[in-house]
Amino acid sequence: MSPTISCSSVYKIFGNNAQTLLSESGGNVDAKKFQEAGCIVGVNNASFDVNQGEMLVVMGLSGSGKSTLLRCISRLTDATSGKILIDGEDICLMNNKQLIELRREKMGMVFQNFALLPHKTVLENIAFPLQVKGVTTENSIHKALEMVELVGLKGRENYFPRELSGGQQQRVGIARSLAVEPDIWFLDEPFSALDPLIRKEMQDEFLRLQSVLNKTIMFVTHDFDEALRLADKIAIMKDGIIEQLDKPDNIVLNPATDYVRKFTKDVPREKVLKIESIMDASDPNAFGEIAVKKDDIIESVAEKILNSKEIIKVVDEKNSVVGSINPSKVIKVLFGG
Amino acid sequence: MDKNYLNIIRSSKPAQFGILLIVFLLLYNLVPNNEGNYFWRLPSLLGFIPIKINEYIYAALYEWFPLKVWDPIFEMYEEKAAFREFTKSISKGLLFLITFVRELLLGGDKIIDVFVSDAWLKDNDWMTWPALPWTAATVGAFLLGFQLGGIRLALLGGIGSLYVSIFGNWVPSIQTLSFVLITTPICFVLGLSFGIWGYLDRKVETTLQPVLNVMQTMPQFAYLVPIIALFGLGDQAGSIATIVIATPPMIRNTILGLKRISPEVVEAGLMSGCTKTQLLFKVLIPTARRDILNGVNTVIMQCLAMVVIASFVGAKGLGLNLKIALNSLKIGKAAEAGFCIVLIAVILDRFTKAWANKQVDYFENLTFFQRYKLLIIFGTSILIFSIIAFIANGYFDKINYLYVIPIEKGFTFAHYIDAAVDWVWETFFYSLNSFNKFLLTEVLGPMKKAYLGMPVVATLTLTMGVAYIIGGIRTSLLVGGMMLFIAMSKYWDRALITMYMATFAVIVASLNGIIVGSIFSQTERGSKIILTVCDFFETFPSFVYLIPVIFLFNITDTSVLIAAIVYATVPATRYTVWGLNSVPLSLHEAGTMSGVSRIQRWTNIEIPIAFPTIMLGVNQTVVFTLQMVILGALIGTEDLGQLIFGALSRAKDGPGVAITLGLFVSLMAISVDVIVRKWAEERKKALGLA
Repeated sequence: MSPTISCSSVYKIFGNNAQTLLSESGGNVDAKKFQEAGCIVGVNNASFDVNQGEMLVVMGLSGSGKSTLLRCISRLTDATSGKILIDGEDICLMNNKQLIELRREKMGMVFQNFALLPHKTVLENIAFPLQVKGVTTENSIHKALEMVELVGLKGRENYFPRELSGGQQQRVGIARSLAVEPDIWFLDEPFSALDPLIRKEMQDEFLRLQSVLNKTIMFVTHDFDEALRLADKIAIMKDGIIEQLDKPDNIVLNPATDYVRKFTKDVPREKVLKIESIMDASDPNAFGEIAVKKDDIIESVAEKILNSKEIIKVVDEKNSVVGSINPSKVIKVLFGG
Repeated sequence: MDKNYLNIIRSSKPAQFGILLIVFLLLYNLVPNNEGNYFWRLPSLLGFIPIKINEYIYAALYEWFPLKVWDPIFEMYEEKAAFREFTKSISKGLLFLITFVRELLLGGDKIIDVFVSDAWLKDNDWMTWPALPWTAATVGAFLLGFQLGGIRLALLGGIGSLYVSIFGNWVPSIQTLSFVLITTPICFVLGLSFGIWGYLDRKVETTLQPVLNVMQTMPQFAYLVPIIALFGLGDQAGSIATIVIATPPMIRNTILGLKRISPEVVEAGLMSGCTKTQLLFKVLIPTARRDILNGVNTVIMQCLAMVVIASFVGAKGLGLNLKIALNSLKIGKAAEAGFCIVLIAVILDRFTKAWANKQVDYFENLTFFQRYKLLIIFGTSILIFSIIAFIANGYFDKINYLYVIPIEKGFTFAHYIDAAVDWVWETFFYSLNSFNKFLLTEVLGPMKKAYLGMPVVATLTLTMGVAYIIGGIRTSLLVGGMMLFIAMSKYWDRALITMYMATFAVIVASLNGIIVGSIFSQTERGSKIILTVCDFFETFPSFVYLIPVIFLFNITDTSVLIAAIVYATVPATRYTVWGLNSVPLSLHEAGTMSGVSRIQRWTNIEIPIAFPTIMLGVNQTVVFTLQMVILGALIGTEDLGQLIFGALSRAKDGPGVAITLGLFVSLMAISVDVIVRKWAEERKKALGLA
């Protein structure tokens, strides 16, 4: 199956003569030189795939080009060069009509500052994408009521955005983006404007929704912990370049560049790494009663492993043995050394 | 040593201003005052401009693009200029609309006349649209208010129209209302369209900006003569004058509102799959609706502020009554008409705001009767009151009071006001008179003389110098060019008189505004109160301010200046409160913890931070003052305004003169605006507030 989103050599350069400068450089873009020429590099040679049902988290500090990348893929801005395939079709070549069609049927997006329409109630905001599509008022309101329930805002249908807290507003934003039942879900720093406690709550809510809905997701954040918590894959960006694109545990264990290492340095490994990443090959001595799953986060099973004096079996979803784990390894992760 | 001084001058603005002042004074005293000396007065090289403008207008009206037009009376083709046919059809269309609304409410047969022949109408004199009895209209206003905003608005509407009716102002009020009801939507549509166009296309916006600047600073009077030439006398001319004046703020508000929308909201609209049209009408305009509605509000207020001025070109209604009363110095009658205008302004203001904020209820499940309850009550009440009024025809012999209470028969409080004014007049005559005399001889007279005694080279040096120190060479050249343009006409002396009056009024009004604003903004409640008071005063049409002062100070510069000062104190106060309120709380706290006293906090923290905003208020004060000073020509001053006003009666070269003089006033306002804005920008940047 071909990937849902596929980018190859995507560039986004802001400035008047970006196009000519880019073709002169032959794809080898030096941000400094471009800046001298009056251009700002947003995205520099990004290539990656996101498969059906997969969640890619794009992580980077402000100005790293992560939001720009997201906007290229949703074509809120036009990429300067490169190919962006959505379900095999190049979005950069689409005309306006096809683009609107695509957004109405396949895409939903959540914004950092919620971007709710201030003159519409919760219900009207959620029904909005359906109404612009031409769904009747009755049907769209009906569907919107379903979404209200899904995001847990029942009883506040007739509130205006200004009457809601930040967390509640973002729930509306999420409900709106899901109203057309899109395949692809874009989230642009959706929880960054929220308080830490609410953020945690919304992340849990998001994971719950994703486990039910199973969308293809691109999630942009500047929060490394958030990325680790949510991602199937993480892309770390700096100055428009994707520094590393990998699974969370791989990023923590094998940071590709010094820049990535700065983020991973202080991450508590036991909270991120799965048993899989520290297990050994199947050990014949491990025949105890106790077993841990390979997808368990180390912290959650550490006590269990350390309490037993033996080497422990590691099993997969089907309960067949795939490896073993030595308590000493867990100690090493927990206490270093 | 020399270099050192140069550096000090280069880096210190006060030093630069000091040198400028010395140069100015030297020029002032050394340039001899005699005709023919170009340093004293420039030759009127640009005297041809008004004549040229006139020639163009008349050429457009009578010569350009001749069209063959069929004349049904003479049964032959006639040559007519296309432009004139165009303006004629606009006049006719507008007049038709205004008359239509008017007759709908007041009754008559003019509209029916449009559709049938005169002869037929004469034979069938039953064929006339019945007037709406004021009783039914009052019920209507009550119900509309109730529908829009509950019992409070219902009472406002009901009592308002009851007052208007029984005080005998029903007919002129409806005439004014019909004028507003037609003009406002036109301004709205025009303003919104241009605003959207300007938002979508940067080039359009950059072209619009200076045009709007000129339009908004031109005195209203300047438009009247050209409009008469183009559209003839009548309600339509008043309406067009109002459209010209009320549309620019609508355009500005639309652009401002659209620009303030966060880019995320636009993106959210796009990602929801909006087409361009959907994005515009479902996302952009509704999101910017607060600013757009402010624009609508301004339009309505401008319309009502214009009713008096519109009466000079033939608009009927309250404005005309007010003008007539004022001309014959009937202060009480004028105040009554003025009060009706303010009342209508307030009602329309509140009603449109409530209408804009109404929301739809999706869960409503009502029967037909429940849904249209109020409409049905209204219909029934029209029917009942019409029948009663019709039957009453037999009872009243001459005037049927159930349709209309004519102004002579209505209640009136005019004589109370007259009595009060008389009392004030008799009691304070000597003190008022001596104050007036003192002001004229000791302050205004010398000031006027000083302004008129200024050699043109000194004036130009001063204005360009100030512009240079504040905004650099470009600002200086811009301001200099504008001043030179005025100086090279034959109206420079008049312009100097306008400047002297404006300077005086601006200084006093700004001081008033800053002091009042500072006092009230000490507490949150005070700020709220004073802003409401400002709102209230801003609903007064500019004309109303002239009523009391004429009586108290006669027809002198003092009257006009006091009206201008009161009028212009409003924006100065408003901006002062805004500025002071925008001082961050943390700075207040920091000040308090440093142990400042209240006065120290005001002088050392609040005023410096709020000053850029206050200066923008002063900017507004300049525009307001100039408008009022020009308006003062109505009661007789001898500045530019008088000439503009005089142009009204000069059909031949009137339009050109009026436009040129209006432009001069506008250029003066813009010169100040350019300098102040530049300064405020720099200051804000320096303070890190931009």
